[in-house]
Formats: sequence, structure tokens, C-alpha cells
Amino acid sequence: MKARIHVTLKNGVLDPQGKAIEHTLGSLGFDGVNEARQGKFIELDIQETDEAKARETVTAMCEKLLANTVIENYSIDLEQ
Amino acid sequence: MSEITPEIVAEHGINEEEYALVLEIMGREPNLLELGIFSVMWSEHCSYKSSKKWLKTLPTEGPQVIMGPGENAGVIDIGDGNAAIFKMESHNHPSFIEPYQGAATGVGGILRDVFTMGARPIANVNALRFGEPDHPKTRHLVSGVVAGVGGYGNCVGVPTVAGEVEFDPSYNGNILVNAMTVGLAKADRIFTAQASGVGNPVVYVGSKTGRDGIHGATMASAEFDDASDEKRPTVQVGDPFTEKLLIEACLELMQTDAIVAIQDMGAAGLTSSSFEMASSGDMGVELDLDQVPQREEGMTPYEMMLSESQERMLIILKPGKEDLARSIMEKWDLDFAVIGKLTDSKRMVLKFHGDVVGDLPIKPLAHHSPEYDRPWVPTPDSKDVLASDISEAADTTDALKTLMSSPNMSSRRWVWEQYDHMVMGDTIQRPGGDAGVVRVHGTNRALAVTSDCTPRYCKANPVRGGAQAVAETYRNITAVGATPLAITDNMNFGNPERPEIMGQFVGCIEGMRDACLALDYPVVSGNVSLYNETNGKGILPTPVIGGVGLIKDSDKTATVAFGSENESLVLIGDSIGHVGMSIYLDVIEGRREGNAPIVDLAAERKNGEFVRSQIEAGFVESCHDLSDGGLAAAVADMVIASNMGAEVIKPADVETPTTAWLFGEDQGRYLISIGDAESLLEAAEEAGVSAVVVGRTGGNDLTLPGGSTISVAELRECNEAWMPNYMAG
Repeated sequence: MKARIHVTLKNGVLDPQGKAIEHTLGSLGFDGVNEARQGKFIELDIQETDEAKARETVTAMCEKLLANTVIENYSIDLEQ
Repeated sequence: MSEITPEIVAEHGINEEEYALVLEIMGREPNLLELGIFSVMWSEHCSYKSSKKWLKTLPTEGPQVIMGPGENAGVIDIGDGNAAIFKMESHNHPSFIEPYQGAATGVGGILRDVFTMGARPIANVNALRFGEPDHPKTRHLVSGVVAGVGGYGNCVGVPTVAGEVEFDPSYNGNILVNAMTVGLAKADRIFTAQASGVGNPVVYVGSKTGRDGIHGATMASAEFDDASDEKRPTVQVGDPFTEKLLIEACLELMQTDAIVAIQDMGAAGLTSSSFEMASSGDMGVELDLDQVPQREEGMTPYEMMLSESQERMLIILKPGKEDLARSIMEKWDLDFAVIGKLTDSKRMVLKFHGDVVGDLPIKPLAHHSPEYDRPWVPTPDSKDVLASDISEAADTTDALKTLMSSPNMSSRRWVWEQYDHMVMGDTIQRPGGDAGVVRVHGTNRALAVTSDCTPRYCKANPVRGGAQAVAETYRNITAVGATPLAITDNMNFGNPERPEIMGQFVGCIEGMRDACLALDYPVVSGNVSLYNETNGKGILPTPVIGGVGLIKDSDKTATVAFGSENESLVLIGDSIGHVGMSIYLDVIEGRREGNAPIVDLAAERKNGEFVRSQIEAGFVESCHDLSDGGLAAAVADMVIASNMGAEVIKPADVETPTTAWLFGEDQGRYLISIGDAESLLEAAEEAGVSAVVVGRTGGNDLTLPGGSTISVAELRECNEAWMPNYMAG
């Protein structure tokens, strides 16, 4: 099973990298970008076939390692 | 209808008595915004309400002092028309909650305190204290804090040249992250936060305001309990690249004559900066909060006034200088906004969407904050452990090996290698020696900087411990050949409402005061962090001292590395073999007992002046102060640093048992290596300084009295292995 995880900064948390993207897009002439927020995308190939169990495991992975839950949110998509 | 319930007052950390004072000052019930402002201004962090009474007793003056406590940082004269500006500040609570960002923003905050006064930051120092290595959180916290210090300091381009890392179970739930910055300015171009000139524009520069760290200042003064995870969203995120722009933009603006007053927005952000500036100039302020650059939509006045978004400054400009300032800030890609003006009302008037949303008197809030004379009890005397009370080590080099590979004695190379200590190109001595040394750019002068504290001494005997912390920085600065000039202090303690904790605070201050007076070494800035407790258990009393000294000729310094083979090792200072509260007793015998060593301040000064004169005269090949682990640990450090062996010989007339002589922690001592010991001994005798030859350099082994031997390679290996092995987990 494939698990696709998006990790993004929580609302309101300053995103210096996003700010740099927004700024650079502007200086390259891409007008009209109001805001840029960036995050990371992680894809895992896991052995588990039961979706509920897989979600539970991947959630634990996010909580322990993949996301810094103090300042980040995560979302998980599973695909058989 | 009242929006202010007792619950809301309590949530703001204001007690009943204080709230009565709020009502008296306001002459009416405050609204939520006003209450929030009282809350942050009167937090322990901003108001020093428990500590003020005692801090006032510290000596703060001297011919070298240009500005003492009260400004953003202390300023001292370093000759040639230059001034050094420095301060240390804690970021303990935020670093426990989010170690990387907490430490990073701690570094950012202290940098701003220094460059806001017109100085270019030239050195950073970090004093870090963590829980016991085996505690489940410790490794994660060490890793995050060290990365955060490095991440911010390295990106902003200021070298981290000194610091300390210590482990102790008392910090399990309350780590200490104390960051210090030293900056360089022209002595006649110092900027202050004193507002003046009715009608002068109040401008905001830097990053936009978001909802970061709302109530960070009140959080920093609250005890943790197990539910403090709830407090997490208040953590702010640092952006060192913006800080770098802000440094350059502010220093450029300071080259013009546009600035009346300038202040960084630190804890309690816009509130504390605007109140402090208006209060020190006895002015009023009118702010139009609609003009504040905002990162998020729908921000309320409460959020704007209390936000702790990073990398922001508040400036009072001279009239008509707005366009000049705007063009500089916009050149550096920073936000610029005129958000208000100075008035003569002596009140803070806050407007939002055209309405007055807050109206508070400035002086009473800023200067008449509550001041407590908290009850305190002196720390009871501890029964001392005598040299004769400990058993002789079966094998002294085995004991030394155990000591040098213990968590608190092992090499910190793993830590400081993550810090850029060479950026700016003026670092003369890197971390790992007694003090960091940075050249005063473009001159032959240099500054020596260090931080020190021995909390286990402070616990056993706060008065001695306070004096020892000051004296150890004096010694570290002296050991590189510098003249100690002044200190900054970072007082980290538990809950001051407990008399025994308050007693520790009072005792440490007394010891610091004695030492500062005896050594002509005043306090020019500082910070207090109280309530470092979890579930009612306080940390060891930890008054961290940051010292700064001056080297007039940077060619005449000393390091801890021997010059060559066959130099004599000369021990300066008296050794009686004080083993109480020593690292040896703790690590080898598993006893943390006894009293802290006495600091003989007259001898401290005499010995220091003697050592300095010998280094300045160019006689000394290497020099190291004696601290944790005594003579044996000092020799071990020197042997490792020089990659050369040495033999330690106990003079025949010394009656102290060998183990206590080697590992005792008597104060005021230095170990020097020198080619011609005879003339040094003569000079010492003339100066009334105790000096004795205790060995010589050479070979590939370290040999201790009795013939016990360890190779330099093995000693280095055991000293350097612990930290990386521990972190690899």
C-alpha cells in the first residue's frame, strides 16, 4: 500500500521559505501571487494491507518523526 | 456588562492585589486589550517584580562603564573610541516546548538587543543546560537546541565562539537556554530607547506581525505542569535571513541622523517596546493599529499588541525623515510603516478602525509595576567533606579517564562544531579553550568572552556559588591574557514564591556582589528567569555569568596548548584539596555532598593580575584555569589540546593526600607552562602569589604522581567519544 503524506506548517506559523518563494516569484515577473506556503511530501510503500491499521501506523509515524506537531499539521492519503 | 471576569484576570497571570492596583491606575475597569497589556508589562519577565529589590544591590559602575543596566544591553569602553555592547538573555521555556525554534529565536532576540543600540554583533555565546542524559526527552532537546543555535547564528553570520553545556536531573523538565551577544560600536554613536519630541513619528520596521507567541512573556513566567502541551501554539518561528537584513538596514539608518530612539520588539512585542520608549522619555504615544503591517487577516488589537513575531523594531524618527528611512528599509526588503506619533499626554492611546480601543497611563504601568519583597530563608550550611574523608584513588589515571569521559566533563566538540565560529574572519581563539577571543576589526585589540556557572556549588552554598560564577569568568578571561572588564548575568531560578528558592536568589546575588566589587568587575546588563519548576521541583540555582575582557595586543595571548617539550608546569594559587561538591566526589564516589569551595577574592585578584602580567610580558607558553576536576582535569585538557604528553609531579612538601591534590577544586588557580620557571617563581614570590612547579611537558603519555600513565591518544578518545556516542543514541 502507498501512503502519501503532506506536512504543512500550521495556520499562522511564519513560513520563511514560503515568503522567499513568494518574493522570488514576484521578482521573476509572476505577478498576482498573494501568498506562498510550502511544506513537504512523503511517499511510503508499506506492507500493511488493512487500511485502518495502515492509517494507525502512519499516524504514529507522523506524530513521532515525520511532522513536528508543535508547528506542523499533516494529512495522510492511502492507496492500495 | 463586564467583559472582565475574575477568571479572565487570573488567566492573565494577575493576582487580586495586582488587579486592585490596575483598577486604581486606570480609574475604571480595563477592557481586554488593556488587561492584556497590564498582564505582559507586569509579568515577571518584563517587570522583574520579585528580583528588582536584590538586583539593585549589584555594583554597576566603573570607569569602563558607558551604560549600565536599564537599556537594551550594557555598554563598556574598550579604548580607541570603541565600545563593546553585550547582554545575555534566557529563552528557557520556549526552547523546552520547541527546541529548534526556541533556541533560534533566543539567539535572534539577543542579537536585536545589541544591534538596536548601534552595535554590529561580533560574537555569540550560549550557556545550555539539559536534564540527565538518560531522561527520554534530553537527546531530542539537545539536538534541537544545538541545531537551533547553529541554524540561526550561522545564517545570520555571527560567530558562536564560546559557551557551556551541562547535564543535571534538575533540568529534566526545565532546560536552560541562555544566549549572549557581544557587539561593537563607536563609543559616541550609541542609540537608546529614550523617546523625545512631540509629534515625532513612531515607525515600525522589519517583518510583518502575525499571531506568533501571543502571551509568550506571560508563559515565560509560568510554571509548567503536565498539561503545558496546551500552551504550544504560542511558539514563534525565527527567520535569520530577515534578521540579517534588519541588522544591515538598522546600521545603515544609524549612519544618518534620522533616529531619535530605537528599540527592538522582544518579549511582549509592540507593547513593551512602545511603553519602554515612551516611559524613559516621559512621553505619550498614539498608535494607529490599522497601520501595523500584518501577516494574517482579521488580527485584533489585542493580538497585535501582544504578538511576539520576530525580527521587528520600533523607531522614533526625527520629523521629516520618514522618506529617508523608508527608502533604506525598502532597499533591504523590509516592511516600513508609520504607525503613530509621540504626544505630550503621557498616555498610550491605541486606535483601531477609527475608534480608541485602549487608553492607558504610561509611567504607572511601566515604572510602578508591583515590586515584591518576597520572604526568603538562607540556605542552611552543608557539612563539608574533607580531603581526608575520601578514599585514595586506586589508580589516578583510571579515575581521570572516568572523569574525562563523564557527561559533564567530556569534550563539547560535537556541539561547537555545528556552530560557525570563524565567520567574520576575526576569531582568534575558537571554542574549546578558556574563552573565545575575537579581534576588534581593523585593530590589534581583541575581546575575550566566556560564560560560566557551577550550579551544584550554588545549591550547596549560594553565596559562595554566586561569587564562584563571577570569579570563574574572571579566571577564564585572564587565562587567555585579557583584562576582565564587566559582566552580564542571567539569573535562572525556581519559584520565587518559595522562601528557600528566594533564599538561593538572595544568596547568589550577595556572592556575585562581593566578587564584582573585589574584582572591579561590574554588572552592566542582565536578565532574570524565575519559575523554572516542573511539578514543584525547582532547578539548581543557576546564575549564569557572561564575562567580557579586553586584550590590548592580540599578539600577546595564551592558549591551553603547550608550546613545546620540556616546559615546566607551574601551578598558581593555593591548593588545600577542597573535595566538597567536586566533580570527582560526584562521578567517582557517587556522592554529591559537602560545601562549595571558598573563593578568596583577594587572592583571586592577585593571582589573576599576576598571570595576566606574565602573559602580557610574553613569558607564558600556555595557560589554563583550574575548575571542575581540578589540576588533573586541567592538565588533561592541555595535553589533549597540544597533542603532547606531560608528567605531573607532586612536590615533596605537599601534605594534601594525592587524590584530593589532583582532583580538588580549590579556587583562584591557574596552570601555566613556561620555558624558564625560575624567573616566574621569583616574580611570583615578589608579588606574594603562590606558585609551585608541578611537572613538565613532553612525551606521548600523561603521567600522574605514583607513576600511573595514560596515552594522549587514549585520553583524547575517551574525552571526545561521549558526546557523539550519546547523540547517536
